[in-house]
Amino acid sequence: MQTLTQRLANPTRFMELSARLLPWISWATVILLVYGLYLAFLASPADYQQGETVRIMYIHVPCAWLSMMIYGLIALSSFGLLVFRHPLADVSAKAAAPLGAAFTFLALLTGSLWGKPMWGTYWVWDARLTSVLLLFFLYLGLIALRSALEDEGAAAKLTAVLALVGVSLLPIIKFSVDWWNTLHQPSTDFTSTVDPSMRLPLLIMALAFTLMFFAMHLKAMRNEILRRRVKALRAQAVAGRDRFGASAAQGAAE
Amino acid sequence: MDLGPHAAFIWLSYAAVTVTVIGLIMWLIADGWRQRADLDALERQGVKRRSSN
Repeated sequence: MQTLTQRLANPTRFMELSARLLPWISWATVILLVYGLYLAFLASPADYQQGETVRIMYIHVPCAWLSMMIYGLIALSSFGLLVFRHPLADVSAKAAAPLGAAFTFLALLTGSLWGKPMWGTYWVWDARLTSVLLLFFLYLGLIALRSALEDEGAAAKLTAVLALVGVSLLPIIKFSVDWWNTLHQPSTDFTSTVDPSMRLPLLIMALAFTLMFFAMHLKAMRNEILRRRVKALRAQAVAGRDRFGASAAQGAAE
Repeated sequence: MDLGPHAAFIWLSYAAVTVTVIGLIMWLIADGWRQRADLDALERQGVKRRSSN
């Protein structure tokens, strides 16, 4: 019996399945986002310490969660490329990198906008903030490395190696608030450290952002598959013209 | 809705996320259209994928 990844190894099958899934995921995202924003702005109280500024958390935490989850997905895809040579692994890694960079940038920006009124500064070189900034640079590095190399196969392998080396940053980010004395608060424990009135909007927004990422990722993967088809067809057309030109020249010579 | 003395920081955060997300969605849709148009143009020229022959 074929596993799901084996069944999805065929890009044509992936295109069919993703075309069916994409509208459902997109609509679920819209519904959850509307509900999450309603909870975040209208149905949750101000925090007793942070005041209204706590509302930034409803977008900062999902962006921060995505910044790490997307990198985990890239690392998994890179592993799938290097070890199993899965045909869609590189498509997945390439499609996820700009999305990861965007959400990491948003995590840094919203954190900074929360930090100014709460900490009195937009930025401190604390272990959590600095390690997330490094993650952002790592995303940019993955994108730059891939676009710097013309040979797509070599670019895919080198980017995958860099992604797997960079995965060591994830536990550093996660445990930075425990290992070092940081200004950033400890990791959020949804079951005990967040009041139930704020837990629900946070969870709904995190779920909405996760679904939104998967919808974007599916679309970006579909685009990448189409781009590779266009490239292959152009190469095929050039090869056909060369063959035709060679046989015409041979016929003229005879 | 009164968001207190730090309302500007809250609105700016939500605006940044909204603009970035809408930007990403528009980029993805435009990229999809561009690839589809290139593929259609090639197929009109008679260049077809071997698997679709």
